[in-house]
Amino acid sequence: MRHTISVTVENKPGVLARVAGLFSARGYNIASLAVSETLDPTISYMTMVVEAQDERILEQIKKQLNKLIDVITITDFTKKEHVDRELVLLKVNYSLKDKAKIESILEKHAAKIVSHKADTAIIEAMGNQDQIKQLLSSLQQFGIQEMVRTGKLAIA
Amino acid sequence: MKGANILIESLLKEKVEVVFGYPGGSVLPIFDCLYDAPLRFILPRHEQAAAHMADGYARATGKVGVCLATSGPGATNLTTGIATAYMDSIPMVAITGQVKTSLIGNDAFQEADVTGITRSITKHNYLVKDVRDLARTIKEAFHIAYSGRPGPVLVDIPVDVQQQDTEFVWPEEVVIRGYKPTYFGHPGQIKKCAKIISSAKKPVIYAGGGVIISGASKELKELAEKIQAPVTMTLMGLGGFPSTHGLCLGMLGMHGTAYANHAIMESDLIIAIGARFDDRVTGRIDAFAPNAKIIHIDIDPSSISKNVRVDIPIVGDVKHVLGQLLEEIKGPSETAAWIKIVEGWKKKYPLAYKDKKRISPQYIMEEIYELTKGDAVIATEVGQNQMWAAQWYKYTHPRSFISSGGLGTMGFGFPAAMGAKVGCPDKQVFDIAGDGSIQMNIQELATCVCNKINVKVAILNNGYLGMVRQWQELFYKKRYSHTCISGPDFVKLAESYGACGIRVTKKEEVRKALEKAISIDNVVFIDFHIEQEENVFPMVPAGEAINRMIGGMA
Repeated sequence: MRHTISVTVENKPGVLARVAGLFSARGYNIASLAVSETLDPTISYMTMVVEAQDERILEQIKKQLNKLIDVITITDFTKKEHVDRELVLLKVNYSLKDKAKIESILEKHAAKIVSHKADTAIIEAMGNQDQIKQLLSSLQQFGIQEMVRTGKLAIA
Repeated sequence: MKGANILIESLLKEKVEVVFGYPGGSVLPIFDCLYDAPLRFILPRHEQAAAHMADGYARATGKVGVCLATSGPGATNLTTGIATAYMDSIPMVAITGQVKTSLIGNDAFQEADVTGITRSITKHNYLVKDVRDLARTIKEAFHIAYSGRPGPVLVDIPVDVQQQDTEFVWPEEVVIRGYKPTYFGHPGQIKKCAKIISSAKKPVIYAGGGVIISGASKELKELAEKIQAPVTMTLMGLGGFPSTHGLCLGMLGMHGTAYANHAIMESDLIIAIGARFDDRVTGRIDAFAPNAKIIHIDIDPSSISKNVRVDIPIVGDVKHVLGQLLEEIKGPSETAAWIKIVEGWKKKYPLAYKDKKRISPQYIMEEIYELTKGDAVIATEVGQNQMWAAQWYKYTHPRSFISSGGLGTMGFGFPAAMGAKVGCPDKQVFDIAGDGSIQMNIQELATCVCNKINVKVAILNNGYLGMVRQWQELFYKKRYSHTCISGPDFVKLAESYGACGIRVTKKEEVRKALEKAISIDNVVFIDFHIEQEENVFPMVPAGEAINRMIGGMA
């Protein structure tokens, strides 16, 4: 099962390696990871989606993260009301005959075309995991050539 | 003040008495300061030994051990010692030189990414790129190494930082916002714990290295006597509770006593104190203590519920928590019937061995115990020698047994014994070695002679890598693949270094040889030719429940 947790860490060189190294050394999986500075430039915020078969593993992940000297706080969003978003950029096959159809799908998902060429368009979309999943399945019919995602961001 | 001077001043502020280290290109400024610094300096013959010495010093004294090496190979040679200290929660500060900051990442001569390499084997590490951060970093390093669950901290200092000038400012206090160890147990949990203890009919205390680290032997004894519960110890816990005490069950687990393992399996309450349910202790985990509730006291929350389900977790320092618990527990528990059962197992399944043609290693350990009256510090290598030393010497004081428990590092014992002797010069210090292990750091004979570190090394020489051979005998149809190992003439070798060597081939000579070794004011190698295919029993095969012991009299 996937769990979203966030950690605030000291904004120092090597901290990302400590976190990533912990996951690989202990055999945990990270599904996504997003890192950025916070309002306090000495602190970075990491949102991570981790895979844990059971509660025990999730507990261990949190405890092990807490043991890192550079980790300041940990928030587990599993049982906590929160907002999460992910930004996705898609390169989709695009032609005049599909224009109207694509645009109506995008409108429904609050997504938009940020640039296009004769045969492809780059689409920007944002939403929670379900919304993005729905958008992807709607656009499948036109052919999605490439996709990049930021990984989930979460805040409570 | 130059960076190198700041380092030395900082070590003095931390009351460091001795540094174990080896010079090299990237630590020349530091060594220039060491030339006339008021610090004892021990030069080993290999950096790995420097780390083990610092570790042995820390284990024997409870103080932070300090080792020092140059960049690249000097630092990588420390890593086995650092990993050893990490696995056993030993406070250590390792200082390494690094190539100059402008060359970092350029594959410079003797460059290695040491903070990268040691990230997973240190409690924390630092690369100091600005001399103004140096004093604070050293202060933090000692604080982190010593507090909470102790561990090694590495500080990597580029050579140009050692040469830079700045004002020396020693910080008053350490502020690390992400690091606040919990020392006292949660009062609610303590209450629950006391209640469950008072209703237990078959309690067992399972004590680990945490008892020794936190200095809680007195509290442990009080608790055991108050609640009348037998005490078993892990390898790391030996010395935490006197082996001579009526409630003592000795070590548990793979090579534990049969009665300790039976007691654990039959108990209705396990009180785990500063121990971590290692696989060598639990055996088959789903068969471990099926009827027991488990109380787990540990300063490291991540140790709790890692391997076994725990009913009452208490996060805190063992000494503090036991103090709280002793106040909360009112009267003695009704365990007389249980103690009687345990006594029965003790009588039925004692540790035992049979004399064979050549000297029994167990007998040597018994003789060392008799001769030193349990007052010696016993360091061990890893393998059969380690297990015999654990089983057959009666440890009565904390910090009297020094062994690489977690990592199981061969070559640890000799330099660790040396570190212990440097820290406790008035103690008789023995290294119990095998003929395989001793050859992994045998070069330290020179360091011993040169610095008059008079440890006594009892080599249990069977011509084999004995523990691996034992597994091959029992589980690989006696196919002794590369475990028959030759060695030098240990007596002549010792003599060539200016040390003493004694060879013992008969049982009758054991006592006399030990007496002689103790009387000699020098490092002594005692080459005991022991029974070659003697096994360590009892033994729980890997993956079995711990009451399914084989061999011996179990």
